Amino acid sequence: MPSDAALATPAVATTGASTAAAPVLRVSGLSVEYRTARGVVHALDDVSFELAPGETLGIVGESGCGKSTLARAVVRLLDPSAGTIRLGDTDITHASRRRMRAARRDLQMVLQDPAASLDPRWTVGDLLAEPLEIHGIGSRAERRARVADLLGKVGLPPEAAQRRPHEFSGGQRQRIGIARALALEPKVVVLDEPVSALDVSVQAQILNLLTDLQRTLGVSFLFIGHDLSVVEHISDRVAVMYLGRIVELGGRDSLWRRPAHPYTRALLDAAPRIDDGAAPPGPGLTGDTPSPYELPSGCRFHTRCPIAADLCRREAPATRALSPGHLVACHFAEGGTPPSG
Amino acid sequence: MALPETISLSQARTDFRDTTVGRLLRRPSALLGLILLAGILAMAAFADIAFSGDPLDMAGMPLLRPGEDAAFPLGTDMMGRDLASGIFHGARVSLLIGGVAALVSLVIGIGIGALSGYYGGRIDRALMRVTELFQTIPPFLFTLALVAILQPSIATITAAIGITSWSGLARLVRAEVMRLRNSELAQASIILGASDARIIFRHILPNALAPVIVSASILVATAILTESSLSFLGLGDPNVVSWGGMVGAGRETIRTDPHVAAIPGVAIVIAVLALNLLGDGLNDVLNTKGERR
Amino acid sequence: MSDPVSREPVLAVDGLSIGFQTRRGLLPAVRELSFSVRSGEMLAIVGESGCGKSLTALALLGLVPPPGRVTGGTVRLEGRDLLALDEAALRRVRGARISMIFQEPMTALNPVLTVGEQIMEAILEHEPVSRKAARGRALALLERVRIPDPERRFAEYPHRLSGGMRQRVMIAMALAGAPAVLVADEPTTALDVTIQAQILGLIDELRREQGTAVVFITHDLGVVSRYVDRVLVMYAGRKVEERGTRDLFADPLHPYTRGLIAAQPRAGAGPAGAERQRLAEIPGTVPALAAMPAGCAFAPRCALADERCVQAVPPARRAGSGLVACHHAGETHAV
Repeated sequence: MPSDAALATPAVATTGASTAAAPVLRVSGLSVEYRTARGVVHALDDVSFELAPGETLGIVGESGCGKSTLARAVVRLLDPSAGTIRLGDTDITHASRRRMRAARRDLQMVLQDPAASLDPRWTVGDLLAEPLEIHGIGSRAERRARVADLLGKVGLPPEAAQRRPHEFSGGQRQRIGIARALALEPKVVVLDEPVSALDVSVQAQILNLLTDLQRTLGVSFLFIGHDLSVVEHISDRVAVMYLGRIVELGGRDSLWRRPAHPYTRALLDAAPRIDDGAAPPGPGLTGDTPSPYELPSGCRFHTRCPIAADLCRREAPATRALSPGHLVACHFAEGGTPPSG
Repeated sequence: MALPETISLSQARTDFRDTTVGRLLRRPSALLGLILLAGILAMAAFADIAFSGDPLDMAGMPLLRPGEDAAFPLGTDMMGRDLASGIFHGARVSLLIGGVAALVSLVIGIGIGALSGYYGGRIDRALMRVTELFQTIPPFLFTLALVAILQPSIATITAAIGITSWSGLARLVRAEVMRLRNSELAQASIILGASDARIIFRHILPNALAPVIVSASILVATAILTESSLSFLGLGDPNVVSWGGMVGAGRETIRTDPHVAAIPGVAIVIAVLALNLLGDGLNDVLNTKGERR
Repeated sequence: MSDPVSREPVLAVDGLSIGFQTRRGLLPAVRELSFSVRSGEMLAIVGESGCGKSLTALALLGLVPPPGRVTGGTVRLEGRDLLALDEAALRRVRGARISMIFQEPMTALNPVLTVGEQIMEAILEHEPVSRKAARGRALALLERVRIPDPERRFAEYPHRLSGGMRQRVMIAMALAGAPAVLVADEPTTALDVTIQAQILGLIDELRREQGTAVVFITHDLGVVSRYVDRVLVMYAGRKVEERGTRDLFADPLHPYTRGLIAAQPRAGAGPAGAERQRLAEIPGTVPALAAMPAGCAFAPRCALADERCVQAVPPARRAGSGLVACHHAGETHAV
């Protein structure tokens, strides 16, 4: 069962204010660069956030915004080029493979496509027992009992242990992926687009399962997604990313009710939603996201921003707090319109 | 707790028709390949029972045509050796050399390919240079040279063939391992904290095996052909009978008694054909085995 | 150009059935599907994976791939039954009177031809005009789909374009023959939301200005609510509900439609500071084609199901502005 720290009551981060408990994950100034034939890609640039025990932080953004890079860097599938990642009291930014293997008991990940991440040759029972086997936890019989327990936790019958992944539907496979990530009773689970490949009705089942699991286990989630409604639904706080940077971060209520960054506002406007009134959408953003090889000067959003001014082309906006816990990186976040033009 | 999507436990377990073997048997060409191969294996297994004498001993009149003497159904060669006995005993040598040589190249090829593909970087570059070196030398000449230096025997011929035929396999394994190493399958294992050995041996290699199995059957066929060619050129093991050696021995009488060279020649063709048919069948079956999405 | 106020449907599908030929017999994938679209109208066909919506889209152009095959019904385009045409006649209709855009434009675009050449080809396929005229028309089409700097883009290869640009090129090609009907199969599913909004806006604008009828296939109810006139909801190969968009979202009648709407998380819903709500779930999964229930296909997942639902397939009944196929429709909605 989860350790004492993880059992602490889930943070009620409705206002996005920092919680009293020490954060389980602290990321600061994290940058990731790729060197490719075409040049250097700054996939992630100076990203900072904290994750409180029992909290869900959502990361949302469009393709190329760096959200998947962030997820992979946090679990050290990628090596960061700058910044630090602290898991509890341990700095894991440059942890050796050996030390990292120990740290992984507390830091797990659910990948987007369980069909690709679950070995098709193994039975579900073996797949769920593998993390325990790797870390030498329990005897064979104890592990078998733990597998049955895990299956129950994610709503699958014990018979599922004898079957292979391809015998399950997409939603059921994602349940198996979640069970596998929870096998080691981690404090933090990074979920990389866990419901993107699922149909709406199944997506709802998985989102509810995650909510339930968090309430009973007190685990913290870093939830990566591209669908605003999904991320807003599951998260206590949300960070919006654009071209490798966090442009706005806040409690979901304040972010959704008072979006301060023009990109956040555009995302909210463009998001498909069921509204009986069928209100016509605003003008929306023009153009495409710029290439990560040729990042715009100043504020990276200025090429598509409806309120961009000269200042935005010259200077990258600093991240500042609009209210406690609500951060934004925009020169004109308050007014919504620039002084002129 | 969320209500589970019900698992239909009535869902039949994959029936035999859908297994790899089941689907292989439904292909006429693969089935033919298997039957021919089984025939050759049976010949090798029962050679001592069917023909107890040494196949290299003179057994009857030289140059008997097939059917001329009931005691020698396939006839005899110019030294009076029983061709049928030679075919049976030769099957042993051909299969043994083919099988073991293929095994040697599998071990080398998988080893180098796996290390190269998994670790990449400097290890990859070094190992691939070695592989390229082996690829640039024509394999048959290389084998010929090795055997000539080492003195021909079953062991040296097998080793020489094995050592010279792994390079293609190494590249194949490297590509598969590289693909799987960057797949979510390997990433999921890394995240769980698995060691490299566990990831390579328990997740990557088993999933990279399909094309390896296919090329293994072709490797055996190629090894049999190489051994035959060596024996034909007189670089076979002089103490055992082999199909290639028999063809070589029949060369001198090819105008007057073509059967002496033709009969072992047909045996070689059938063995190679059988392995190729099987390889093709395996290729189709293993590659179309898309997991249900 | 078709008359935008015509009351006669430009596309009328009646009793369309599609099945898969397998070792175990014919598995029905789409059953007795009927609907129609008028000029300038946008109809959405909505359903989850495996409901038969994409197969339906392909059938509209006579493109159902084997082992699938159309087993019954008619698809009348401007009065002519497309299913009765031979391949040569179909080819003349495709692209000219009815065309299609796909989820992944890269699979439909030729990587070794420039964007301009491909659009020109689409024009020359259907009209005996000079290459020079075709070039002019292709440039006009690129401009029409709001591609900035069309002269430059004309000479570019598809892989140089972003996903949104490629989809615009696809739309330009689909419009080359000025078709009466455009079938759009999940055209925005692979795109980012801000780009998706641009493409949806473009399709909406084109049908308003050119009177093209649009059949929009999607899995996402949210995508359609702003743009389409009518929504047809499919489940397990059948139409379960077809309503005007406003009516459907205000008062969904079929329990499956209600389930889909309730299962969708809504950004900014609920009072500020509220506890996270659980989403409404539809328990279970879609039945497999080979194991379709005898009665209503939704019965095993439906809270309202009773004896009648298990035994008989509910017929489509008139319900206000639309149709619904549920034995319990019209009873109290509280689930």
